[in-house]
Amino acid sequence: MQKKKLISRRKAIGAGLTAVGGLMLGGCYKKPLPPTYGNLLRMGDLLTYVSERTLLPGQKPVRQFSKTEITSFPAVGCINPADPAIRETYSKDYEALKNSNFNDWQLSVEGLVSRPAKYTMADLKKLGEQTQITRHQCEEGWSAIAEWTGVTLSAILQHAGIMPNARFVSIYGYDNYAESIDMVDALHPQTLLAYTMNGADLPLQHGAPVRLRIETQIGYKSVKYVHTLKVTDTFIDPNHDQEAGWSWSTGI
Amino acid sequence: MRHRRWVKGAHFIVTLSFMVLLFSGYIILMSHPRLYWGQAGNDLTPALFELPVSRNFHHNGWTRPTPFLHTAGSQVTAGRTYDIFNQNGWGRSTHFLAAWFLVLTGIIYLLMGIFSGHFLRDLLPLKKELNFKLYWRDMTAHLKKMSGVLPEKYGLLQKTTYLVVIFFVLPVIVLTGFTMSPAITAAHPVLLDIFFGEASARTIHFFCFGDLAAVCYHTHRDGGPHRL
Repeated sequence: MQKKKLISRRKAIGAGLTAVGGLMLGGCYKKPLPPTYGNLLRMGDLLTYVSERTLLPGQKPVRQFSKTEITSFPAVGCINPADPAIRETYSKDYEALKNSNFNDWQLSVEGLVSRPAKYTMADLKKLGEQTQITRHQCEEGWSAIAEWTGVTLSAILQHAGIMPNARFVSIYGYDNYAESIDMVDALHPQTLLAYTMNGADLPLQHGAPVRLRIETQIGYKSVKYVHTLKVTDTFIDPNHDQEAGWSWSTGI
Repeated sequence: MRHRRWVKGAHFIVTLSFMVLLFSGYIILMSHPRLYWGQAGNDLTPALFELPVSRNFHHNGWTRPTPFLHTAGSQVTAGRTYDIFNQNGWGRSTHFLAAWFLVLTGIIYLLMGIFSGHFLRDLLPLKKELNFKLYWRDMTAHLKKMSGVLPEKYGLLQKTTYLVVIFFVLPVIVLTGFTMSPAITAAHPVLLDIFFGEASARTIHFFCFGDLAAVCYHTHRDGGPHRL
């Protein structure tokens, strides 16, 4: 009996050390990480993010669906940045663009790229189109399937020439919303700037003329009404998600 | 029944994290109290059922639905015009933090349970215990509330229930949780096949938790072993 107890204690120590090692993953992770502000929940988010990047193969494509599996699709968050009645999301520039049918829309690519530039819709389409039928997963708990056509973020970033020290990409929308993602997600083969939804121009409430589709993250990372991409080497939180109590990384 | 320290410790951590998971899970459910079956589901598709929790139950804050295509039976879209209850910022992060404690403790407990002989000695029913008559006797005893003496060994119902919880319900809860993660299903799409899609996984996740709460309530004072 005594002997048996000894063995199980030794095993207990071994298992405990393994667990502590898992918790210390964050300390061994060499890449720049977002701040936690000493907040326990943000530390948990960080552990989840680091584990996701350590344990999962980063860039496997998500499952695609057939056309018959496309579902109805609610539009939430800002549904019209051209509406001056809703002050937080109103944009005068967006209203002007909308009145000219988005003909003057441009995408600005800035930050750590060797050729910062503004891309018109025609410029973007020259970089190659991609169509995918994927599931949108909202943090609220619902999901929807739609077909999207657009240009991959990686094609745009490579065309602009990403610098070797680039670590994050921030995406800004006209509705005063913005998010940032790491390079693993930015260069994912299905991360798209989409301009059509279910075969037609992107509807106003879904982010016309161009929205981000980031298929490996929860829906609130997929910024609508996009106007700017900014590549950085340190983490920035353009929408103040972290301070507002929301996780920055939402792969889970 | 007396337990060793690691068994008690693991139960303490798992119970605490389970309560935090139950609470934060309820907060998360409140933002969208509708459950579905299949690959995807939302306010514009039929629900399996709706739960009357939070002001989001049956809310009608939607613009008039417009079809995507001009053909008959086209899927529709509508914009939300209603400010829903949503506390998922801290709700989700709390849920995942508590889940870390459950999963890490669970892994240690499983390894210890296997190598210390706890599972084989205390939880695996004896061959001669496995017959319908004895199950029937324990079940009727349970329903008549005849047990409750906290004997030296687990009863047949307890053994069976604990094995089902440890090796089936808890793994299913964790795996259905994984199935709701777009990053995890990208790496392991087989989860979508096992649980019939993300929306189904969410429904199963919900039922497993309710189930587990009921199990905790019912089994802990169930009767001792049969004298065989």
